[in-house]
Amino acid sequence: MAQQKVVVIGGGLAGLAAAMKLAELGVAVDLVSLTPVKRSHSVCAQGGINSVNDQTRPLGDDEWIHFDDTVYGGDFLQHQPPVKEMAYWAPKIIDLMDRLGVTFNRTPEGFLDRRRFGGTLFKRTAFAGATTGQQLLYALDEQVRRYEVAGLIKKYEYWDFLAPILDAGGQCRGCVIQDLVSMEIRPLAADAVIVASGGPGLIYGRSTMSMACNGSAASRCFQVGVKYANGEFIQVHPTAVPGSDKLRLMSESARGEGGRVWVPRTPQDSRPAAQIPESERYYFLEDRYPEYGNLVPRDIATREIFNVCTKEGLSVESERLCVYLDLTHLPREMLDTKLGGILEIYEKFQGVDPREVPMKIFPAVHYSMGGLWVDYERTADGGLTAASPRNQQTNVPGLFAIGECDYQYHGGNRLGANSLLSCIFSGLYVAPSVVSYFQTREATGEVPPALLEQEGRRHQERHDALLKRRSGKENPYLVHQELGNLMTRAATVVRDNDDLRSAIETVHQLRDRADRCALSDTGNWTNQNVVFTKSLIDMFPLALSILQGALARDECRGAHYKPAFAMPGIEADSPEEKRRLAEAWCDRFEENTKKWLKSTIAEYDSSSREVRLSYEPVDTTLIPPRPRLYGLVGAEVIEEVWKERLASRAGDVSGNGSGAGTKETVAAS
Amino acid sequence: MISRSKTSPEHVEVRVLRQAAPQQRSYWERFRVAYEPDMNVISVLQRIAARPRTADGQDVTPVAWDCNCLEEVCGACTMVVNGRVRQSCSALVDRLLEENPAEIELRPMTKFPVLRDLMVDRSRLFRALEKVKAWVPVDSYHDMGAGPRQSPEAQQESYPYSQCMSCGCCLDACPQYRKIELIQRDDETDEQFAARQAATYDRNFVGPHAIAQAILFNQNPTGQMNADERVEALTAPGGVQVCGNAQNCVSVCPKEIPLTTAIAQAGRAATVHSIKRWFDR
Ligand SMILES: Cc1cc2nc3c(=O)[nH]c(=O)nc-3n(C[C@H](O)[C@H](O)[C@H](O)COP(=O)(O)OP(=O)(O)OC[C@H]3O[C@@H](n4cnc5c(N)ncnc54)[C@H](O)[C@@H]3O)c2cc1C
Ligand code: SF4
Ligand code: SF4
Ligand code: FES
Repeated sequence: MAQQKVVVIGGGLAGLAAAMKLAELGVAVDLVSLTPVKRSHSVCAQGGINSVNDQTRPLGDDEWIHFDDTVYGGDFLQHQPPVKEMAYWAPKIIDLMDRLGVTFNRTPEGFLDRRRFGGTLFKRTAFAGATTGQQLLYALDEQVRRYEVAGLIKKYEYWDFLAPILDAGGQCRGCVIQDLVSMEIRPLAADAVIVASGGPGLIYGRSTMSMACNGSAASRCFQVGVKYANGEFIQVHPTAVPGSDKLRLMSESARGEGGRVWVPRTPQDSRPAAQIPESERYYFLEDRYPEYGNLVPRDIATREIFNVCTKEGLSVESERLCVYLDLTHLPREMLDTKLGGILEIYEKFQGVDPREVPMKIFPAVHYSMGGLWVDYERTADGGLTAASPRNQQTNVPGLFAIGECDYQYHGGNRLGANSLLSCIFSGLYVAPSVVSYFQTREATGEVPPALLEQEGRRHQERHDALLKRRSGKENPYLVHQELGNLMTRAATVVRDNDDLRSAIETVHQLRDRADRCALSDTGNWTNQNVVFTKSLIDMFPLALSILQGALARDECRGAHYKPAFAMPGIEADSPEEKRRLAEAWCDRFEENTKKWLKSTIAEYDSSSREVRLSYEPVDTTLIPPRPRLYGLVGAEVIEEVWKERLASRAGDVSGNGSGAGTKETVAAS
Repeated sequence: MISRSKTSPEHVEVRVLRQAAPQQRSYWERFRVAYEPDMNVISVLQRIAARPRTADGQDVTPVAWDCNCLEEVCGACTMVVNGRVRQSCSALVDRLLEENPAEIELRPMTKFPVLRDLMVDRSRLFRALEKVKAWVPVDSYHDMGAGPRQSPEAQQESYPYSQCMSCGCCLDACPQYRKIELIQRDDETDEQFAARQAATYDRNFVGPHAIAQAILFNQNPTGQMNADERVEALTAPGGVQVCGNAQNCVSVCPKEIPLTTAIAQAGRAATVHSIKRWFDR
């Protein structure tokens, strides 16, 4: 049999992990990336990567609880088998990264040091200073370079993925790519294509993501028929530093290491932070969430910071919304060894030393839980069938998706330090699945040269037409700015149906305006103008999926928060009344689960250029969904009622809250 | 606090050294961008891209440049700003105006072939990482348990080297690193051209970044097993002996990587290696 070839789109953690594993399995890889792979967005990840470990096990932690934390944090919106598999693989993945030479921080005895991240009570997070993503990416980049030297991997850096190539039977047979320097358009034949193109942050204008995170590759798959799932679930990170070109992340590890969030009790207190006495500081997260304190899950921290500034008017500054993130009470030396990298970034870009003066931060768009729909094959005990060709495969045969651009692992909300894990996991896990796909698919023979030629020509014509476009005077950069502002207003922390409806209308107008954009550069050499305009045009299908998904989903779940459909806590004086309200609360919760615990599936109709929604059930057979009660008034009574209901159903008493008791529930049911 | 001149200027004057394509003549073009607080060179270039018109009102093509992370960790956006090679994303306009209130001057890196305007071809930099085998040659990616234990001190020593983002500042500043610009011949396939490039790069100075990476992997307990191969590469033509110890590299490295320490270590290792080889003959 001829050597099989796979094209991998994207060289972040996911793409590199897939490429090196495929190479190890003897498959040739063409690795395509907008940027040199070593400069991929994954370098930005600061905080770390999660796994159960020998320090957490003695405290009662195990893979099941990591799994439970992940689905609970994700508000149960993810299929459970892939998440379970990932949690069980996590320790092995960290072992592998350790073997590859990642400079993880160490304990005095020489083991990997760990820190605590949001949404868990255990110190699961391995880290390399405050540049964990960089170190992980480099380790994989080095392995890929090794296989490049060996001749199994060929890199196409500074190339743009324009579209997958589907044959008459709808199978993916390769893709069309474009050289960003020479502008050459080239069809690549392949036995399979894996998309690992990361998140779509640029749709929001400024975010914590990098400039290559424009969502174009995912959108181009979506536009040829791949389903896009749960698009409305966009994580807004609670702590970012506002800048004119980018909103720079301040990692959760700042809170993990003891950072405290507060605002002055007096609105816009003009004294320097250090002169405001303890009693006049409002540590609102610690106050409202005594158990998790500053480390509540992201969606909650974000909403609280947002509300404290907008609703409660307690923003530190008046012209710019922000709260303090305070590290000044922590020892300098510890800050330097554990958080050096991120503190330097703050210092460098703000000109202030965060070891001396509390940082000023505000939420920013950070991560997309939604993404390309992918399949998986489940085992009887609820894990994944290793090397099943269904794993990570989209609904287009031969087209796979991994990393942040798939929708599989994080449900309604991603826990900190779980994304690097899902990226590496899906990248390693997809490789044998792709190999099985070669063996199981129907023999298709050579990719017809006519098909390649035809697809190449189609994209060449589109490109030429764009360059020649003289009509209209719209400026792609200004249209993009408007799109970003609109999306940030309508589809981030707080969502409202009227806003969403009007945003959908405006997005249509912006799309039509983008169609009329004229280029300021009509040349055919390193033309960044035309590349940007193409990516802008491709933002609209995803923007519509996000907005329509959000409009349709009349509930609150994870990062998707619509106050009109919130389930407020319960306040009553008498215990009987409390019970009654808690019963009603739980009834409503169960009703809502029945109605809304389902994945949003968006499909694109290329003739009308409209997005159609449908829904798919979620596999929650391993851990029954339960209410997320973080900080809710009356949480104790609700929890009590909920436990009783569960117990009467399972014929067994089991816990809620931290999830530690859930294992028994499942074992018993 | 960032010291802001009391009266912030209304405009920032920016002079850019442009070049349409490789081998073409370069030329200066002047732009005027409305001042905003907290600007960096990237946001200046973004404003120029959105409205590419020179200070004297001519419509021109937008300036091409490279960037990705915008937080000085990807290494993409290196250029020569006000005469100093650095990352343009962390080059804050207020600071630059303190250096020179009249204008900001942007030039492409000087040691790498210009592709267009501020975009250069840095593939030679990555080729050097191949030459010194900057990786841990593990047996497989199967589950073999954890890696070797390491003391926190060893980690602290290696960690700075592992932060090298391949930006190339050190190379641009190094007097021993000379620009190599090859042109693909008409009779050459892409593969043949790539091979000729690689061979030429390999004969010339690897550069301080690659020396530091060789040291990083020689410090790694598993990487150590192949230490000789890396030292061999550093002893070959274009190796550590080319370094004239000018120390320019270390002073421009945005990540403050101890390049001269690495170079000294590599030099010692190379000497020991040569003596050993001499005895082994
Ligand atoms: C500031 C920041 C900090 C973070 N910190 C953490 C953390 O501490 N822990 C954690 O678990 N997660 C963290 N995350 C999330 C995590 O970093 C990302 O989800 C993850 O790195 C994504 O990896 P990826 O491989 O999917 O994609 P990326 O690393 O984004 O790579 C995408 C690749 O696709 C390529 N590409 C994109 N479009 C195209 C196209 N059209 N054509 C060709 N190539 C294309 C790009 O060039 C790139 O190589 C953080 C995210 C941010 C923004
Ligand atoms: S010390 Fe060596 S490598 Fe560094 S700048 Fe000088 S000559 Fe170049
Ligand atoms: S050593 Fe420093 S200057 Fe040189 S490439 Fe690495 S990070 Fe850049
Ligand atoms: S854009 Fe990444 S270093 Fe400047």
